[in-house]
Amino acid sequence: MIETKTLPTEYVTDPGAIKSSIGKTLRTDEMIINMGPQHPSTHGVLRLEIVVDGEIIVDVIPHIGYLHRCFEKHAEHMINYQQVIPYCDRLDYCAAINEEHSYVLAVERMLKIEVPERVEYIRVIMAELQRIASHLIAVGTFGIDAGAFTPFLYAFHDRERILSLFEMTCGARLLYNYFWIGGLSHDLPPQFVGKAKEFCTYFKPRIKEFNDLLTFNEIFVKRTANVGVLPKDVAINYACSGPMLRGSGINWDLRRDDPYSVYHKIEWEPKIGKGEMGTVGDVWDRHIVRMREMEESVKIIEQALAALPEGNVQAAIPKRIRPDAGEIYTRTETPRGELGFYIISDGSGTPYRVKGRSPAFVNLSVLPDISRGGMIADLVLIAGSVDIVLGQVDR
Amino acid sequence: MTAVGIYFNNIWLALSSIAIGMRITISHLFVKNVTTQYPDFKLKMPERARNRLYVNIDDCIGCDQCSMACPVDCITIETIKSTPDQDLGTTSTGQKKRLHVPVFDIDIAKCCYCGLCVPPCPTDCIVMTDVYEFSEFDRQNLIYNFSVMTSQDIEQARVKLKKAEEEAAAKKAASAAAAKAAAPPPAEKPAGPPQSQPPSTPTPDSSGQPGKS
Amino acid sequence: MEAFQNLGFWETLLVTVVLSALPLVFILLYALVTIYLEMKVAAHMQDRLAYMRTGWHGVLQPIADFIKLLQKEDIISVAADRKLFILAPYIVFMGTYAAYAAIPFSSIFIGSNIDLGAFFIVAVSSLVVVGILMAGWASNNKWSIFGAVRSAAQMVSYEIPTALALLIAVMITGSLNLQEVTQFQSGGIQNWLIFGGPLPLLQKILVIPFTVITFLILFVASLAEVNRTPFDLPEAESELVQGYFTEYSGMRWALFYVAEYANMFLVAGVAVALFLGGWESPFGSFLSGPIWGMFWFVIKGMVLVFVQIWLRWTLPRLRVDQLMYISWKVLTPFLFVCIIAIGLILVL
Repeated sequence: MIETKTLPTEYVTDPGAIKSSIGKTLRTDEMIINMGPQHPSTHGVLRLEIVVDGEIIVDVIPHIGYLHRCFEKHAEHMINYQQVIPYCDRLDYCAAINEEHSYVLAVERMLKIEVPERVEYIRVIMAELQRIASHLIAVGTFGIDAGAFTPFLYAFHDRERILSLFEMTCGARLLYNYFWIGGLSHDLPPQFVGKAKEFCTYFKPRIKEFNDLLTFNEIFVKRTANVGVLPKDVAINYACSGPMLRGSGINWDLRRDDPYSVYHKIEWEPKIGKGEMGTVGDVWDRHIVRMREMEESVKIIEQALAALPEGNVQAAIPKRIRPDAGEIYTRTETPRGELGFYIISDGSGTPYRVKGRSPAFVNLSVLPDISRGGMIADLVLIAGSVDIVLGQVDR
Repeated sequence: MTAVGIYFNNIWLALSSIAIGMRITISHLFVKNVTTQYPDFKLKMPERARNRLYVNIDDCIGCDQCSMACPVDCITIETIKSTPDQDLGTTSTGQKKRLHVPVFDIDIAKCCYCGLCVPPCPTDCIVMTDVYEFSEFDRQNLIYNFSVMTSQDIEQARVKLKKAEEEAAAKKAASAAAAKAAAPPPAEKPAGPPQSQPPSTPTPDSSGQPGKS
Repeated sequence: MEAFQNLGFWETLLVTVVLSALPLVFILLYALVTIYLEMKVAAHMQDRLAYMRTGWHGVLQPIADFIKLLQKEDIISVAADRKLFILAPYIVFMGTYAAYAAIPFSSIFIGSNIDLGAFFIVAVSSLVVVGILMAGWASNNKWSIFGAVRSAAQMVSYEIPTALALLIAVMITGSLNLQEVTQFQSGGIQNWLIFGGPLPLLQKILVIPFTVITFLILFVASLAEVNRTPFDLPEAESELVQGYFTEYSGMRWALFYVAEYANMFLVAGVAVALFLGGWESPFGSFLSGPIWGMFWFVIKGMVLVFVQIWLRWTLPRLRVDQLMYISWKVLTPFLFVCIIAIGLILVL
């Protein structure tokens, strides 16, 4: 609810009247501004209705639904479970592989099939490469929100190399349809391992350069430290996940705490925010969590490449995908947080219900709570640090 | 640190981080650019590139697998059964073709380039090429008609099919009447009737208009 | 201007008009060059190419942009305050252009050799604030008003460090007249005010740290005057779409844009004239003369403009309250210290 100010009645005769003689107060009204669906800095078609008092924000009301494409309804009309995978890609178009991973895991658990080890390792490699690509978009566009245009270009330069790795493997740069139920659509091409190792060695100094240019730049630190602080209890109550949760100091990562695939065989650790430049849970913490997660992903990729076993990636693909009647909820850690798929099957080859629990939607709900009291310039940074992709928010 | 210390420390941090940032950007002035100046220079697509679809209609046996596999329903196929006296030839993979394919339309504007239509094809006649420059001015030009049957061919095939069906129906009626007249004992094991008809396929639409999806 | 005292009224008027149009010609040519330079420098810092197709490596692109802007439809929204909306770009440009009258391009060419040169420049360039407020208010757009109000606060508070830095230069040279300040620094690069000016050696060495700091502060304050990153809050592209000139299109927008670039060169020119020797050659009498003077002035000005562009593409943006903090709590105290120190050293 918007707090309305009340002044003593002898000063004001009608609302909005301004009396300016000595000793009497100037009454100011709150202004409602629309950061509309078309705006250079809301990441997609998001409408933010902001109630401001001068430059201080009193309330933020997000309006979503501009990108709703009826994913769940489409899934009910597909002929088989395999056809839903291109739709899953398009939920979060910046991190498509992680969406596929979650859905494919859910169906495989329903069918109770075990995929070959090679498939698991390749899936981990692709998921981590996609995590790096998605985080590069997040930090690049975050730099633009803060006013620094150059780091975005450097981030996209690195992202091009990842996308060409994907293109070499499955033929598509952004929306892959690569993970199939029970396996993969293509095996890795022979030059993939070499090029991926090359990428890992190329990328590590680039992270350092990016940090020097943006993350540890004093102006950036002053803009982002102590801004948009998300306390631990608020984060847990709002069911935040991903870098938002870890930035507030909570050590929770689904790859370790609810393990899937072969993450338990690889040595890595989740990164959490420690409040190095300000308070724990501020915008800078979330940013540095993303930067450090990229370094961690490079480690995971190198270990997975070294341990890649041989095998046939299409050995376990079932001829007919017909799970028993029942329901399942499976969740994985995407770059934005916990993505869950709740699938109800009625025993036929078509899903009865597919619900996507999207992390961006849940994380966005915390935006009004953490931006009250800040300025509009801060709101732009806070919205950028939540890292929403409207395809996932609206499904 | 005292307040004065923090104040001077902030100034020092600001100046030093700005200087580091400026050094990075000026050093990038001397790095070679990464731009490919399209359309003078085009990047080479990898061999698994998934771009525009192409159908080799000579190899198509009209099985409709690709159309069923498509998640966005962009492929429209109509078939006409062929009669036993027609020889449609064999595909390059050695299968005998038994169906005419008068309509094989792909609305490439709907296609989501997922590649789900390629694996089910038994003759590998539908492939994803590496062509990515296919913009059109008119949206109707994005509906690709792959069938090569002329309208006379289609009429001929239809007429033949109808005739064959009528003959078969007449024969069946005659043999049923004869069987009734002869009053055979019910224990007689019925011999499997010789299959002169190809396996059943979806019956063609009588509109016969190619190019409409 | 003294040579034209024997002419009649109309001839004087004609000559005045022609001479005062010369800086306009300079501004337009300079704007074309700088727009191209900014885009190219930005692109190469980001490992990409900018314009390549119009002319060789895109040198004709600014002309193409100009022609495109000329033929654009002039859209004024119905709810906008028409008179103020139309007047605002002219006032902004006027504020910048009038100050060009006192910039010493060369020993023989200065628009108006007034004894209050530096003071005049600071005073007249404040007209820009009025223009910006008009533009923001007349657009009748909440985002424009935000940009305009922020800009007004920013420019007013950064006048103080600018004026104080000017004061330091005036203290050392003893005159507000920019030609005299420039001529004070004649004799080679060691006589430039940033290196202490033509003072006796002991005083010079003591004064150098303070003049260097003063020059840097003048440069930073002038960045804020021009609304360039890191102080480009009024036109923060990612927040306010385009700030106070969101609603402008076509030639009106082009006028704002040219005014911004003209302002960039103005403050660079003032800094050069005061601290970097103006039109004096750095080699003393080698390569000096009236025409060479113009060349040196423009070159030094362009170097400072390049540094402004470099900073824009490196740094993120400051928030409004941090901007105020820097002006009032960092730049101004440092300048006070410099004034006192330099004053003491000069008296020694």
